[in-house]
Amino acid sequence: MLKVNDLKVNYGGIEAVKGISFEVPEKSIVTLIGANGAGKSTTLRSIVSLVKPSNGKIEFLGEDITGRDTNDIVAKGITLVPEGRKIFPDLTVLENLKIGAYMRKDNLTEDLNWVYDLFPRLKERHWQAGGTLSGGEQQMLAVARALMSRPKLIMMDEPSLGLAPLIVQGIFEIIKEINKQGVTILLIEQNANMALRTADIGYVMETGNITLTGSGKELLVNEQVRAAYLGK
Amino acid sequence: MDFISKNLPYLLAGISVGGQYALIAIGYTMVYGILRLINFAHGDIFTVAALVLVYSSTIMPLYLSIPLTLVATVVLGLVVERVAYKPLRNAPRMSVMISAIGVSYLLQNLALYITGGLAQTYPAIPIISNTIKIGPATTKIVTVVTPVLTIVLVFALMQLINHTKIGMAMRSVANDFETSRLMGIKVDNIISMTFVIGSFLAAVGSLLYFTNYASVVPTSGAMPGLKAFVAAVFGGIGSIPGAVIGAFIIGICENIIKGLGWTTFSDAFTFALLIVILIVKPTGLFGEKATDKV
Repeated sequence: MLKVNDLKVNYGGIEAVKGISFEVPEKSIVTLIGANGAGKSTTLRSIVSLVKPSNGKIEFLGEDITGRDTNDIVAKGITLVPEGRKIFPDLTVLENLKIGAYMRKDNLTEDLNWVYDLFPRLKERHWQAGGTLSGGEQQMLAVARALMSRPKLIMMDEPSLGLAPLIVQGIFEIIKEINKQGVTILLIEQNANMALRTADIGYVMETGNITLTGSGKELLVNEQVRAAYLGK
Repeated sequence: MDFISKNLPYLLAGISVGGQYALIAIGYTMVYGILRLINFAHGDIFTVAALVLVYSSTIMPLYLSIPLTLVATVVLGLVVERVAYKPLRNAPRMSVMISAIGVSYLLQNLALYITGGLAQTYPAIPIISNTIKIGPATTKIVTVVTPVLTIVLVFALMQLINHTKIGMAMRSVANDFETSRLMGIKVDNIISMTFVIGSFLAAVGSLLYFTNYASVVPTSGAMPGLKAFVAAVFGGIGSIPGAVIGAFIIGICENIIKGLGWTTFSDAFTFALLIVILIVKPTGLFGEKATDKV
């Protein structure tokens, strides 16, 4: 579904991504794991054209989308749940959801019901300003907002960051649930344990390169991965 | 009774000029809300609107030249944004501000060149230039029309911002450019939209303001522009209701001071107010908290 080929990105004068290639098959959950500064976020940001790659090709559903305008890429069905959630604090929960569907012109009732089913909390709080929600609720809102664009591929940048373990568990349950309903997922995480347990395919990134590839289960028992990311 | 009949004209004039300041102040506050930029060229756009009417009314009837003035002012606002601010979107804020000051001087000097520095007779717009008697006071109809029109326009604007899709996009862009892009919002179009609205309201304000004056010179817009800016800061820059309330307060106070016979000090009052506000409550009456974007 998504094919990234020899992607290089310069960011703030350094080469943050040094020619990586990977694939995200349709209906799968793929994860990129790695330490801080490995280039994971930069990779996602260049897929939606928030930063322009200096080299390489990004293909989505057979179409070259490298360097296209962000709104074109979103219209094609890719959405990014940004790092730090980035919900709009002054907009209400409902408005945050509606703005997620900004590109769409059809009726939103069905989708609102869908995300309210996934996150009943948001329904209770639909009139509240986004900024008044707790961290976990904000993460739910960020995911729900991304779903409102009816994406084919949803990319998540560290959804577990700064959340209590119980809430992280909940977020990963939701990720699996969304995937079951047919949405492809590309997840980047520092929480390698949870990410690899959830993912079909995993890639390990180190200082701008992909150094290991395998199924989630394989990587989970891989000696190198265990030593570097799982603390064993 | 004597007191009222003596002061009513000043109060009326104050409310009216307050409305005119409000229409300009909205342009300052909206652009600040989205770009965090003080658009110093805004006062000059207000002057240019007056000059467009002056020149266009010599070659066409007013029912054509008034719409033309509105359209031309909006186009000017758009062009200024595209040429002077958009290329600096990722530059430090100071660069954009200097660019704004540059545009301001450019427009002023262009106006000086075209008018030759001579006062140009401002056309009398029918109906609103006529005089009416309100109780003991005699005034132009524009004095009554201004506050009503201001309130109607502000109400319409608040509806647009709070209850439409484009308004929602404007609020989200004011929050965060990058995340707005992720929602599929064309951020540049939304920014243009705020310049369109700001310039349009400045053009309406210009029509109303200069109806009280016989002529226009290239610097005529500088003082009302500056006072509208003070009003925006007083109300809390970034807040539309704040700018409107600030503008009315400044307009009324200025004219009451004139009524008390201290005309010399009426301008000084406005700027003294600016200093006091900046010291006592820098965020203004309804300003956002001074948390920077993180």
